Amino acid sequence: MRQMDIRLDELKHLVSDRAIEGETVLLNMGPQHPSTHGVLRLLLELDGERVVNCVPDVGFLHTGIEKNMETKTYEKALVMADRMDYLNNLGNNLCYCLAVEKLVDLDVPERAQVIRVLLTELQRIASHLVFLGTHALDTGAMSVFLYCFREREIILDIFEMCSGGRMMTAFFRPGGLWRDIPEGFEDAVRDFVDIFPRRIDQYEALLTKNPIYLDRTKGIGGISSEDALRWGLTGPNLRAAGVKFDLRKANPYSGYERYDFEIPVGSAGDVYDRYQVRVAELRQSLRIVEQALNNIPGGPVRSGNRKFVPPPRSELGTSMEALIHHFKLWTEGFPAPKGSVFVAVESPRGELGCYLEGDGGPKPYRIHFRTPSFATVQAIPVMAQGYLVADLVAIISSLDAVLGDVDR
Amino acid sequence: MSHIEKVTEGLKSELGEQVLSVDVFRDQTTVVLARESIEEACRYLNSEHDFDLLAALMAVDYWPEEPRFAVIYQLYSLKHKLFIGLRVPVHSTTPEIATVETIFPNANWHEREVYDMFGINFSGHSDLRRILMPYDWEGHPLRKDYPLAHEEIQFSFNFDEIDRRKPYAKE
Amino acid sequence: MGVESKLGNFGVVTTTLEQVVNWSRTRAMWPMLFGLACCAIEMMAAQASDYDMSRFGMELMRASPRQSDLMIVAGRVSRKMAPVLRRLYDQMPDPKWVLAMGDCCSCGGVFNNYAIVPGVDEIVPVDVYVAGCPPRPEGLIHGVLTLYEKVTGEKIDHWS
Repeated sequence: MRQMDIRLDELKHLVSDRAIEGETVLLNMGPQHPSTHGVLRLLLELDGERVVNCVPDVGFLHTGIEKNMETKTYEKALVMADRMDYLNNLGNNLCYCLAVEKLVDLDVPERAQVIRVLLTELQRIASHLVFLGTHALDTGAMSVFLYCFREREIILDIFEMCSGGRMMTAFFRPGGLWRDIPEGFEDAVRDFVDIFPRRIDQYEALLTKNPIYLDRTKGIGGISSEDALRWGLTGPNLRAAGVKFDLRKANPYSGYERYDFEIPVGSAGDVYDRYQVRVAELRQSLRIVEQALNNIPGGPVRSGNRKFVPPPRSELGTSMEALIHHFKLWTEGFPAPKGSVFVAVESPRGELGCYLEGDGGPKPYRIHFRTPSFATVQAIPVMAQGYLVADLVAIISSLDAVLGDVDR
Repeated sequence: MSHIEKVTEGLKSELGEQVLSVDVFRDQTTVVLARESIEEACRYLNSEHDFDLLAALMAVDYWPEEPRFAVIYQLYSLKHKLFIGLRVPVHSTTPEIATVETIFPNANWHEREVYDMFGINFSGHSDLRRILMPYDWEGHPLRKDYPLAHEEIQFSFNFDEIDRRKPYAKE
Repeated sequence: MGVESKLGNFGVVTTTLEQVVNWSRTRAMWPMLFGLACCAIEMMAAQASDYDMSRFGMELMRASPRQSDLMIVAGRVSRKMAPVLRRLYDQMPDPKWVLAMGDCCSCGGVFNNYAIVPGVDEIVPVDVYVAGCPPRPEGLIHGVLTLYEKVTGEKIDHWS
């Protein structure tokens, strides 16, 4: 129980003198709290209802993913990346795969690139839908949650069709995809693309001009663009503050430079702007999905480099060489050269970076994920100071921090 | 001369001997710096070359080699759309390095994480506590000499034996 | 079809106390709103439009442990979280049940390392384990129904 009872003198430098004298109240919010979205703990110093200081405490979901990945081969470590940011599983897969591919210098066929982009954008939509649902729930609107999860199920069904899993898909592999997309995939995505714009209108009709919602979100939790950058915010939270920065445009990967889409930006960086940027991103992601869907090229979905990518099952019965490659890959894995790479992709929450260091062996020597939510949670005190506790709830949910992403 | 070369040349002329080497691997530039110069290098890159985002800060443990640790910084410039890596070797005899919190405030938590996971001290840090592990945890888990500490896996042949030892909770 | 079909002409139903109490316990079991990781998202999905757990009298997730009967441990439990989890469990009023949702909190799952508790049954007594990583919403609903079966079969001398 020691960890729940930190003594005040350990935190003296984080709270104001008034708290030491007992003039303000110290309140513990979380780790079990309905609006902290997981296991975030905030130590609040309150003057009445107003937040004077806020000290986030993370680590309640620390999973040791980085250490665990170091003990597995490159191919097997992939499943761990899935479980890191659990609303953006395919995005994590993509980041990890790009890092491995860069480290061992592996090419990915065109068809796999396009399908990767398509699925990652669908994942972005699914993630933003969870944001929208829970954010609306926290600001007092129940029905948006039900509508958002209705559409999310359609996307999860598409993932399930491809990979067999709803959330933890492990569909992207170093060198391409696990397998080709199944029959009926394109129809399913096309159906979704057809219905979804009207569904976005539905959510907007419920929130965008709703006076109660506006009262709770306009001018709350604002952050300036300079502050946002200094505190390392990325993704929609940074764009809501008015910085037009998106890694998909700035440093394109997986062929994002070929797609036509815009970067929505806000101005005030408050809760309402963050909401608007994410809703606009839903539409932009849908545009990318549509473009990718219309241009899926033919060809293989996995690299033909047998040193890194296992041969197809059908070859195992007939080719001795394929059998040897398969056996080698699944018993000892492939060696990666000595060196380190840093790859960054745009996850729904911001810049997701993967630092990967190889030592010539089949296992990563060191793997580190730079996760967007880590920076986001760190910046909560900057945004929350001076607002009410009820506003704090709106601020936390608008930041869309995933605690699995923070703690890893 | 590409922009990243200009940056590394600038760093060399600014810091002189403190720049130990410049590595390029898979089109990514990493500058290896002496431990004393990290703060100055960050300030220089931030003010002169618009590296305004500290994208990542982490450490690597090369146990049992020396220098045992390397602290790695990834800076990003929004203007030039460029990443640059800084790598600082740290000996295990004095695992200490200056904080860059004054230049990039978000280094605060990153440095706390490195302190938590590797036991590297950041001198001048405003709030150096454990961040991810419980406050009373012993050891630094991501060090290479720290075991993964996994439990034995139950199979049908040793199921009962492990089951007997397992500390089940009571009501 | 309802209770009136059993009334006969007397307006009286004869049954055992056990049955009545167990029946009422299963018909309004309030779970605690307690999400840890990935499984919490599936738990939300099980509550939302497509799966709609309220068909089983479970629509009311309580954020406070003092108002809840069932703790759904949804996700991996870290060493730092374990004492918090136990404290929450201790705050729940009797009778209380625990459902371990997913591989991570059933046995540690893929995370066999220093940070994760290998099975939440080392911290709180578990009634039903649901396998899956994460379990589908149907899996969670099945787990809850299995728990109902268990509760329905409880004997009066087990009540404490």
